[in-house]
Amino acid sequence: MDKGSTKPGYVVLQGNEACVKAAIYAGCRFFAGYPITPSTEIIEMMAEEMPICGGAFIQMEDEIASSCAIVGARWGGRKAMTATSGPGFTLMQEAIGFAAVTETPVVIVNVQRGGPATGQPTLSSQQDIYQARYGSHGDYEMIALAPSTVQEMYDFTVRAFELAEKYRTPVVLLADEVVGHMREKIIIKKGTVDVRPEKIAGIASPSADFFTGENVLVEGQLHDERGRRIGHLPDKSGEFLMKLNNKIRKNVDAIADLKTYFLEDSDTAIVAYGSVERPAMDAVRLARGIKDDMVNTTVKFVKNVFKKGVPAAIHTDYSHLKVGVIKINTPWPFPKNELTRLTRDVKLVIVPEMNIGKYYKEIERALPDKKVVSMPKCGGNLHTPKEILDTILKEMGVNE
Amino acid sequence: MNKLYEQYIKTDSLPTLFCPGCGNGIIQVAAINAIHNLGIKQDVACVSGIGCSAWIPCYLKLDVMHTLHGRAIAFAEGLKFARPDKKIVVFTGDGDCLAIGGNHLIHAARRNIDLTIIMVNNYIYGMTGGQKSPATPKGSLTKTSPFGSVDEVIDGCDLVMTMGASYVARWTTAHPVQLEKAIRDGILHNGFSFIEVLSQCPVQAGKNVYGEKDAASIMRTYKNNTYIWKDGTEAPKGKIRIGTLRHNKNAKEYIEKADWVMAERELERR
Repeated sequence: MDKGSTKPGYVVLQGNEACVKAAIYAGCRFFAGYPITPSTEIIEMMAEEMPICGGAFIQMEDEIASSCAIVGARWGGRKAMTATSGPGFTLMQEAIGFAAVTETPVVIVNVQRGGPATGQPTLSSQQDIYQARYGSHGDYEMIALAPSTVQEMYDFTVRAFELAEKYRTPVVLLADEVVGHMREKIIIKKGTVDVRPEKIAGIASPSADFFTGENVLVEGQLHDERGRRIGHLPDKSGEFLMKLNNKIRKNVDAIADLKTYFLEDSDTAIVAYGSVERPAMDAVRLARGIKDDMVNTTVKFVKNVFKKGVPAAIHTDYSHLKVGVIKINTPWPFPKNELTRLTRDVKLVIVPEMNIGKYYKEIERALPDKKVVSMPKCGGNLHTPKEILDTILKEMGVNE
Repeated sequence: MNKLYEQYIKTDSLPTLFCPGCGNGIIQVAAINAIHNLGIKQDVACVSGIGCSAWIPCYLKLDVMHTLHGRAIAFAEGLKFARPDKKIVVFTGDGDCLAIGGNHLIHAARRNIDLTIIMVNNYIYGMTGGQKSPATPKGSLTKTSPFGSVDEVIDGCDLVMTMGASYVARWTTAHPVQLEKAIRDGILHNGFSFIEVLSQCPVQAGKNVYGEKDAASIMRTYKNNTYIWKDGTEAPKGKIRIGTLRHNKNAKEYIEKADWVMAERELERR
């Protein structure tokens, strides 16, 4: 076991492939899945990589079974993951709720496509942002990470396993078709670190693995710390549910990961998560006339973008705009404090999203004294940098 | 309480939520005896779905997973993949296994993965108050078939045999000794084992389904209406075939032929 098929160093990988490499690096040794566009590369690569690194792979009869199987495998002591898209994510909600209430650390990758129903199998969207948060019935808090580059797909997959183990909870990697299918040069790490961070205090369920002599009872009904049912007792059930939710709610700031780009002197912030961060960054570069990567930035893909150059068709002068980006890497739990702190000196907040404008509502509620403008876009294309900048001009009242 | 059962039953979780006359206790004891006689208490885990039968393992001092309606087999497959060296027993019911869980059942059977499924068939949805299940006989009056059920019945044993299960047995709560032996054989068998237990639900099914309303009479009916099948014999008309219906020791188990074994061979070859 744990031979590790991953070589260190620079590689060019697709987002979905990077996710597989990262999972193996993070110690994932069980994958159950069902093919669905646009996440299929993950199951294909897992079918080959899992057995070679001593892990187990199974193609299940549907996404319901896949999500149940990873929960079963985790109690057997193997870190486990599944990956899906669109309708598959809907089918997995049942087991996600079960994983939440039984406090099972598993990772679910959702490479988003357009919906509802069969929707747009081959095109991108961010329409599942709320399904990641509220998809299953009942009250639970979810951790979701949204990558915008292939490197982030790799890094966030590793972090997803860390967070899952630390908080004993399912974690959703909320990727999308753009980041799942694009290829970029990234750095991957060597071998395997079986990340098992200390779990936090405040876990309300049994957490020993099976076959360790603990006689664990994993119970889907609300339960006490020994797994015995308390669903018929209102007081104890209420206590349990608050404890279950508070383990995430009280750690929002610790989980939150927000990055800024040129925000220091900006009066306008583009707040974005997932692949929409890419045109948002381009918009900033366009407005500020940045032509190379001499700028000190935490974002690694700047170089690639500028090979293409600035589109010639752009005539509008944006040079007077003082605009920056806030990248929300952890859309759930909603990083309210961190976002409030970062937008302190900003007057206008633009929220471009590849959906009908959902996450914008959270931001508007968190920033009552700012002008928050939604930029919904449906259909499968990313926003263009020009669209974003034109919206800013319009909102600032300087566009005739 | 019997000393043996004190080793296996969480006395602080008692009383069970089973109704008077329920068959679940007989099945629970048969399972305890089978596990104890095999001496595998540390090497066995139980998985169950939702329904009355799903509560059977929840009172046992074993590693137990009480999961979602219909999904027990899917959870068990993941657990088995994580620990192929251990034995997994799944407790499920006729509604849990044949209706909502039917897809997982047939796919686990075709894989011939090493699980032991104990399907408690009481012909009714008991926990929700007496609605028809895929096993409810035609014409039965239930809460959701007030004019008599018109649905065709699924025979769980026939279904999994068609799908390639390698150990299949059917017993009733009136045959506790044979049941215990079947559970033992099922656990020992390296492959998909399916044991159907005809059980009684005097409270929710009773006279309208079995034609009898008290538990002892229903069990007596089970004795009279069943026929212990031997290979090559034909069950008399109107009698239910019970006994060991299939025991194929040569069928290859799924995990043993799974990809990782192939991959190891591939790596050695390279």
